[in-house]
Amino acid sequence: MTNLAVKEPAVVSTPKPAEKSRKVSPLNGMAHVALFLWALATAGPLIWVVLASFKNNTEIFLGKPFALPETFSFTTYTDAWSEAHIGQYFLNSVFVVAISTAGTMLLGSMAAYVLARYKFPGNRAIYYLFVSGLAFPTFMALAPLFGIVQSLGLLNTFTGLILVYIAYSLSFTVFFLAAFFKTLPHEIDEAALVDGAGHLRRFFQIMMPMAKSGLISITIFNIVGQWNQYLLPVVIMQGAGADSKWVLTQGIANISTQAGYHAEWSTLFAALTLSILPMIVVYAIFQRQIQAGLTAGAVK
Amino acid sequence: MRHGKYPFIIGFLVVPLALYLVFVVGAYLQMFQLSLTDWSGYGGFSYIGLENFQKLWDDPVFWVALRHNLYLLILMPIVTIALALFFAFLLNSGGKKAGGVWGSKVYRVIFFFPQLLALAIVAVIFGRVFGSDKSGMINGLLPQSWTPWLFLADERWALTCILVVLVWQAVGFYVVLFSAGMGSIAEEIYEAAALDGATKITLFFRITLPLLWDTLQVAWVYLGIAAFDAFALVNIMSVNHGGPNNSTQVLSMQIYLNAFQNSQAGYASALGVVLFFLTLTFAALTLRVTRRDAVQA
Repeated sequence: MTNLAVKEPAVVSTPKPAEKSRKVSPLNGMAHVALFLWALATAGPLIWVVLASFKNNTEIFLGKPFALPETFSFTTYTDAWSEAHIGQYFLNSVFVVAISTAGTMLLGSMAAYVLARYKFPGNRAIYYLFVSGLAFPTFMALAPLFGIVQSLGLLNTFTGLILVYIAYSLSFTVFFLAAFFKTLPHEIDEAALVDGAGHLRRFFQIMMPMAKSGLISITIFNIVGQWNQYLLPVVIMQGAGADSKWVLTQGIANISTQAGYHAEWSTLFAALTLSILPMIVVYAIFQRQIQAGLTAGAVK
Repeated sequence: MRHGKYPFIIGFLVVPLALYLVFVVGAYLQMFQLSLTDWSGYGGFSYIGLENFQKLWDDPVFWVALRHNLYLLILMPIVTIALALFFAFLLNSGGKKAGGVWGSKVYRVIFFFPQLLALAIVAVIFGRVFGSDKSGMINGLLPQSWTPWLFLADERWALTCILVVLVWQAVGFYVVLFSAGMGSIAEEIYEAAALDGATKITLFFRITLPLLWDTLQVAWVYLGIAAFDAFALVNIMSVNHGGPNNSTQVLSMQIYLNAFQNSQAGYASALGVVLFFLTLTFAALTLRVTRRDAVQA
């Protein structure tokens, strides 16, 4: 609003742009209001969570959600970190996602490379087998998946969770990377072949570096996707002693239920803040790559 | 030259293919087998023919859940795409040379952020945002004298709350996606049309929208997949896993409840089989429709 008030007199002095600005400025004003409101709706709940994490229950039930807390005390945070085990859940998530993303990238790029650049019987069939997984949502075959993991003795183990993450990430990874490997030029590859480079060497020393941008995009895609998984860990990490192996999403959902029973909200808000803050920091540093990496999948 | 080609191919394919066959293909194949059994989820089972499917047909909760899935499947993409197009248009309306509207970079960063949060965490946050007393964010913002809204505890509004959260999380992603699409449209086209006297609204409907059509189709498919599986939201936000009174019940929740709480994993598999064919039909129809579009164009 203040923006408009400052701008207009300056424009009025020259008649021709004034005519133009009369058409544009109401739209611009409206644009700013609409954009600002959505930014508020996006950031509002997150700011509210952070503020509430410092409040005690009385303050939370008072209403006035955006009032500053009376005192800033970090005891809710130490409670969330150690007593509600957020630290443990966080480390579990980091561990599982680190290994399974690395595994997905290695196995996915190997399969995609062979399927994209080698002719052999069954090539198309295997490619379509991988890609068909994209059409069917994960929850559909939940019961049999549980049975398979159980019969392999992998229920409630990190190994089981990691293998399942990799298996369910392969569809999109192979689909995306096969398209990517196909677009890479054949000349360099052939030159290396003439120079006597073997299949393995050409893959690791020539194709992988050339495919770097595609690999980075799909790595970001997989990290975000696996970090945010909820359904698969809920199915696989159950049984005796499962709670020490929960990932972050499971842990926070459980704290939320517990908080509901005991009407003890501030620990929940602290736990939420602890899980949101690292994302904000990572996003602030890599926001351009993250936006590009996540949207690349939708454009290709 | 061909030396070692097949050992190499096999070596590179065997592990990824084995994992995929065991955990993904294996699960889908077993789903068909188990749908014909009374498997509880643990131990053995016996074949009971098509009994599960008969039960499914007579199960009112299945039809309620299916209706809710259709509601989300239709409304979530429409609302998300409409809002995202609107904001993307506003962000880019300043023209490419001006770098879009003032502050457009900041808006893009803020809008996109929810996409990075796990849906489960978003669900926990909004469970509290929609809290039905003063401790909830929205009720806390309302004047003290008002009776608090029940939101998730109200049968009439609970599903709409879930829809709002799905949209809240998704919009930013599509703002960025559509902005990228709009940015790649040549400035000259707009300038030429503007010289002919086209208004901003005309420009949007006659130039931006048709040139963005491919991206919109991709967005529709992605949003459909996201809306179809609202498990995290329903499991965490709703009263009693799909309540109150099944007013937020969806098919993913039904599969989960039957497999892991009611010890009816065979029945849950039958649900999966029905969904499998529904999805297949839907995919075939979509392909058919889009192919006809391509011929017409």
